[in-house]
Amino acid sequence: MLKIQDLHVYYGMIHALKGLSFEVNEGEIITLIGANGAGKTTTLHAITGLLRPKSGKIIFDGKDLTKAPAHKIVEMGMAHVPEGRRVFQSLTVLANLKLGAYTKHSKAEVAETLEMVYDRFPRLKERASQIAGTLSGGEQQMLAMGRALMSKPRIILMDEPSMGLSPLLVSEIFDIIKSISAGGATVLLVEQNAKKALSIADRAYVMETGRIVLSGKASELMNDDSVKKAYLGE
Amino acid sequence: MSFISYLVNGVSLGGIYALIALGYTMVYGIAKMLNFAHGDVIMVGGFTVFMTMSLGGVSPAVAVLAAIIVCTLLGVTIEKVAYKPLRNATPLAVLITAIGVSYLLQNLALLIFGSNSRTFKSVVPVKAWKVNDTLTISGEAITTIVVSLVIMLALTLFINKTKIGSAMLAVSEDRGAAQLMGINVNRTISITFAIGSALAAVASVLLCSSYPQINAYTGAMPGIKAFTAAVFGGIGSIPGAMVGGILMGIIENLSRAYISSQIADAIVFSVLIIILLIKPTGIMGKKYNEKV
Ligand SMILES: Nc1ncnc2c1ncn2[C@@H]1O[C@H](COP(=O)(O)OP(=O)(O)OP(=O)(O)O)[C@@H](O)[C@H]1O
Ligand SMILES: [Mg+2]
Repeated sequence: MLKIQDLHVYYGMIHALKGLSFEVNEGEIITLIGANGAGKTTTLHAITGLLRPKSGKIIFDGKDLTKAPAHKIVEMGMAHVPEGRRVFQSLTVLANLKLGAYTKHSKAEVAETLEMVYDRFPRLKERASQIAGTLSGGEQQMLAMGRALMSKPRIILMDEPSMGLSPLLVSEIFDIIKSISAGGATVLLVEQNAKKALSIADRAYVMETGRIVLSGKASELMNDDSVKKAYLGE
Repeated sequence: MSFISYLVNGVSLGGIYALIALGYTMVYGIAKMLNFAHGDVIMVGGFTVFMTMSLGGVSPAVAVLAAIIVCTLLGVTIEKVAYKPLRNATPLAVLITAIGVSYLLQNLALLIFGSNSRTFKSVVPVKAWKVNDTLTISGEAITTIVVSLVIMLALTLFINKTKIGSAMLAVSEDRGAAQLMGINVNRTISITFAIGSALAAVASVLLCSSYPQINAYTGAMPGIKAFTAAVFGGIGSIPGAMVGGILMGIIENLSRAYISSQIADAIVFSVLIIILLIKPTGIMGKKYNEKV
């Protein structure tokens, strides 16, 4: 469904992605793990057009996305929950959710999707008219995920959704990711919390300084010695 | 009664500042730049009305419409040609370019119209209102107050109720996240320049009707004051520009009347400095910090 081929991304002189390749198949939960600065966020930004790769290809549903402008991506069925949530702080919860459906033109469809999102996140319904900047961290994460779901994506990219949350909330967020996947969406999950991520993923890629250094079934990587040592703290 | 008259004229002048300040603040909020040439768009609007009426012989309504069209096109063109190529340049480069555009417009006007001021014929059809023996409010003041309030109300509704308005708010807050929603940032910025310039056209007509003179520098001083008003209200904030503009007009007019017309501008700027010392983000600037 999504294929990344030999991707190179630079920040000025810094070579952040050095020939990255990986693949996400329809229906999978794929996790991308790696230490701080490995290039995980850069990868997601390149996929959704927030960054221009220097070379390499991004193929989604057989279409080349490499040069597509960022604002065209969501219409193709790909949503991105960015690192740090990036909800629109000064707008209400409802306004944030409606922006998630910006490319949808049918009011009825938007209303229907909104109900679905509210079903998944009852907290957002309660807080519909609250200003997003005043939500708690966990609520903001739910808003960021709900906002992405408003575009009814076929694939959803999530960048460290568990960052800064209490253990209880982390579990809740991972349950939600599983249920999003069960609902039919493909998931590409970037995580620091490797243990949790591997426990719900089908396959995983391990990144180190701009490259994939290891890949395989999540269940196998969980028992891999080098992964255990570097990412699972065992 | 003279106090009321000064106050009314202050609100009227403030309404003009507010309309101009809205252009500065919207462009600043959404394109993250200071459009130094915004004031000169006012001058172009004024000359458009002057030329179409005196040479073209059209009716005031047609002249105003022409000014709105000319300014809107001018604003969008300036953005496309001068600022868009600098989207990822340093703020300083953009500011210098904007100053360059400002001089370009002023010098073109000098070239075409010379340096003498022309007398502008008020386009306002409203008659003065004689409230009592000591208080009369000019038709220009009444029109300016009504027109600017109606426009501010309409703009507020537009921003808060329409899809384009929500896109503008989203881009002003987080350009990248807005793109992830499917919002075309370049288009949103163009629309912002179009709206800001159309408001400047309306402001130009009101300004030149109340102060019936026009020359190449007509836009410069109101431009700077309106920018100050935008900072005063909290740059980037739309209600801030409205409140800031109107307060600015009132303070300026009352200072002119009761203290000294020579130092009225100095008083206005002192008030601004005091406000910014107390609240650095301006009266309606952003209240809360980003949560990470
Ligand atoms: N805007 C930028 N300018 C310059 N260098 C950058 C920029 N953004 C990221 N980098 C560099 O690129 C590399 C990859 O960064 P990236 O944010 O993709 O890492 P990450 O894997 O997401 O890390 P983390 O787990 O901390 O979020 C890092 O070395 C980082 O310093
Ligand atoms: Mg990251």
